Formats: sequence, structure tokens, C-alpha cells
Amino acid sequence: MAASRLDAPPPRDAFGTLAAALQTWWTVLRICLAERLVYRGDFALGTLMRFLPIVTQVFLWTAVYKASGQRLIGGYDNREMVAYYLLTMVARAFSSMPGLASGIARQVREGEIKKFLIQPVDLLGFLLAARVAHKLVYYAVAIGPFALAFYLCRDYFPGWPPPAALAAFALSLALGFALGFFLEASMGLAAFWFLEVSSLLFVYMLFNFFCSGHMFPLDILPDWARTLVDCLPLKYFAYFPAAVFLGKVHGAELARGLAMQAAWLAAFVVVSRLLLNAGYRRYSGYGG
Amino acid sequence: MDRLATYVGVFLAFARNSLIRDMTFRTNFVIETFSSITWMVMNLGFYALVYNYTSNIEGWSKHQFFVFIATTMFVNSLVQTFFMPNMEELSELVRTGGLDFALLKPIDAQFLVSLQRVNWSSMGNFFVALGLLAFALPRIEGLELSWTRCLLYAFFVLCGVLLLYSVMIALAATSIWLGRNQSLYDFWFYITNFSRYPREIYGGSVAGDSLRLVFTFVVPVLVVINVPAGIMAKPLDADNSGRQLAGFALVATLASLALGRWVFHRALRSYRSASS
Repeated sequence: MAASRLDAPPPRDAFGTLAAALQTWWTVLRICLAERLVYRGDFALGTLMRFLPIVTQVFLWTAVYKASGQRLIGGYDNREMVAYYLLTMVARAFSSMPGLASGIARQVREGEIKKFLIQPVDLLGFLLAARVAHKLVYYAVAIGPFALAFYLCRDYFPGWPPPAALAAFALSLALGFALGFFLEASMGLAAFWFLEVSSLLFVYMLFNFFCSGHMFPLDILPDWARTLVDCLPLKYFAYFPAAVFLGKVHGAELARGLAMQAAWLAAFVVVSRLLLNAGYRRYSGYGG
Repeated sequence: MDRLATYVGVFLAFARNSLIRDMTFRTNFVIETFSSITWMVMNLGFYALVYNYTSNIEGWSKHQFFVFIATTMFVNSLVQTFFMPNMEELSELVRTGGLDFALLKPIDAQFLVSLQRVNWSSMGNFFVALGLLAFALPRIEGLELSWTRCLLYAFFVLCGVLLLYSVMIALAATSIWLGRNQSLYDFWFYITNFSRYPREIYGGSVAGDSLRLVFTFVVPVLVVINVPAGIMAKPLDADNSGRQLAGFALVATLASLALGRWVFHRALRSYRSASS
């Protein structure tokens, strides 16, 4: 009786598969949490230093507003402009994926990717779990420096936005995280074809900095450039959440923006999956 | 004289070998040049945008500010070509014990670790800066070019490069004490970030004035770009403070060089070889 039960295959119903998948995710998450927390001191210091360039931006924009004699530039007053830069820091904390694309490229180049071909673990799923863990630790540690910076700069904010705008802000941050993940993963998967993608990634990073609105609010762009930038998914990484928080995007425009962001996300989920499958077919691994 | 000839000869050999190395990976060289130029063009685009909304920032007109940016590009490209890759390498040399070999060579150790690799692709911005200068200078109203002005400009750009180098080597030398330092290197990036703006913008508030004081007199990075850019873009006879600042920049450069060398040698005394 006992022997026959041991011989029986484990139940493969849908629930069991789901439980197994969740178990895998949970394990990956725990490993990455432990790994990330090792460097928490370095993390906190690094995060605080990342606010330093904003200090110079505050002085620069104050000088610009003083010299221009205008109250509004691109629809922002002086205080909103500073608030904008602070909010893009929050948006970037969600959407930026340091080391994701280059990590995938390295795994492809060095053949480490083989393990995902033989283990019952999906590469993108594994990386997503690892990234969620990475971000959770990051927020747990970074909340200190962020709270400090925002508390010191509280006078620059016009106040809390209405609940609906706040919810839209939170949603666009979450979508920004997912979009950032799948877009950067797609860039990394290009390594199946090019092997060395670091220079491609660097150029992408530069354009991202400019076109995402990290460098300045996209509203100050001339119309033709604005139209161009609006066609890219990059603005959802910094500009869009910040503009939503400051009430610069509302009503139908806000709904359209969120829908566009979700559409971009869906597109890159598909693209990354197609690239992964095509890449696996193309890939040839040698040696151990 | 003989010694000088030796050093020049060694440096030329370094420069030549680095060029050969860079030319081996030609596509990489082109892409690196292209991306560093792209970065500066974006910066330029940002300021061009800002000047759509105002005709001047704290006394810097659009084209005067372009001269300021060109100066930033000159200084940065020179620092990145000659010193940056070596300073990054120093931390690695300490960690792996490779510094032993530098110390054993019959040549000044600071010279060797500071200049052995030349990153030629960073020179792209130097030429873009020349173009930008040629574009902006004739468009500044009432500016007359003279040989004195140009020579002083070149001289103070050089001072700025040496000053930044001194800050760098002092920071890099701390990796001898710490074993490795990555965040101090980031720190260098954030500190020099303050140097990339006209010092006038920091005026007018307690925080601004103290920042200006610290970055002029304690870590004098604020004179690196401001002094040569002021010499080139501002009328010479405006007031005496420009001259005083230039004099101070010269003193600060010499002091920083001496201090950088002292810190480096002081750190070397604590060097414990990692491998042997």
C-alpha cells in the first residue's frame, strides 16, 4: 500500500502546478532578498548621493526663473519645477532596471543561459521575480533617504493631489516598473544576435535620459519634438508619473496616457517572449 | 633635461600603444566617440531649450553660456582621455596587487599609474567643443578676441584639467587604504557636477553661498570651468574680481597638485601587496 503510493506520480492538476510555480517564485524572491540586503549600507549612501544633482538643478532653475521674469515655464512654476525633478526620482526608482539588459547579454555571451534551457525555470519569470525582490529591498532601504529628501523639500510641493490622481500616479508607477522590465529585457535579449550590446545599451541610456523627461519636463519641448517624444514609450519612465502627480495630465488625457502605457507594456511582453523563443532556437551552447 | 626626455618618450609610447589598442577595436571606438558626443549634444539641447524662455542666466547670455559648455567639454574630454581610465584602473591595481609592478619600475610611480593608458575615443568631444567655440564666439556681442585671451584661456583650461586630476588621484589613492572604493568614485562624479554650472547661480541664499564657498575654497572645483569660461566669454575689464579669481585658480591648482601627490605618497606607505 505504502509502496504503491510512493510509486504513484505526483498530482499534476492545475492547482498543484500553480502551487509549484508559486513555490519557485517564493524561493527565488527569498534568495534575492538575502543577496541584496548584504549591501544595504552602500545602498542607502548611494541613494542619498543620487539627490545631489537635484541640488544644482534647484539653483539653475531658480536662476532661470529669476532671469526670465516669467512665472510659468512650460506650465510649471519654480516650485513645481523642483517638485518635478524630485518626482522623477520616484518614477525612476520604479522604472529603471540597472544591470538587467547587460546581465542577460552576459548570460547569453558566457553560455550561462544554458541552465534555463534544461531547468524547469522560465528565464523571464526568474528575472522578474529577482527584479521584484531587488526593488523591494531597494525601497525598504531607500525609503529613508527619499523621505528625508522629500521632507526637506516639502515646501516645493503644492500639496497632496486628489485621491484619483494619486491612484493614477501609483498605477503608472507600477506599469512603469513592468514596462521598464520588459523593454530592458528585450534589449538584453538582442544579445542572441549581436553578442556585445553594451554600446547599444549606452546609447539607449542616453536617449532614455533625455526623452523620458528625467533631464527636464517634456512640456518645455517645442511642439514638433514633443510630438516625436510622445510616440515613444520612454516618457512613462519619468515624465508621465511626475506630471500626473502634479496634476498636469488629467481627465481624458490621463485615461488615454494610462491606456497607452498599458498597451506599450503588452507589446513589450509579447516582444520579449518572441525574442526569447527565437533566441533559444538560434542559440548554440558549447562545453559545460 | 635627460629625465624630461625620458618621460616624454615613455608617455609617447603609452599614447601610441593606446592608439593601437583603440584601433584594434575600431567599431567600439566609433561608437564610444559617437555616444560621448551624443551626450554633450543633449546637454547643449537642454540649455538651448532653457534659453527659449530667458535671454540670460545670472549674466550669461545664450552664446556666452555655449562658451561655458564648450569649456566643460574641453576640460572633461582631456580629463577623460588622459586620466580617467588610469584612475579607474588604480583601484583595480590595488585590489589585484598589480601595483607592485608599477612600483618596481625605474620611473615615478605617480606618473606611471596616472598616464599609462590614453583613452583616445574621449577626444571626440574636444573637437566638438572647438566647433561650438567657433560657433558661439562671433555671436557674443562686443567681444573682441585677442591672443592674450586665447592663451590665457588655454592656460586655465589646462589648470582646470590638472585641478580635477589632483582631486581624482587623491580620491583614487584612498582605495589603497580601503582596499577598494566604488562609492567614492561616484562621489567624485557628484562633486564635479557642481563645477558644471556658472558659480553665479549659487548666490543669494545661505545654502547657495555656503556651497559656493566650500566648492571654491575647500574643494576648488568651482573654478575649474568658471575661470577659463569667464576669461573667454566675459569682457575683460568688467571688474577686478575675475582677475582675483583667476589668480586664486592658479594658486589652487598648484596647491591641489602638491596635495594630490602628497596624499598618493602617503597612501603608498600603507600599501600591502595583495598577491605576493
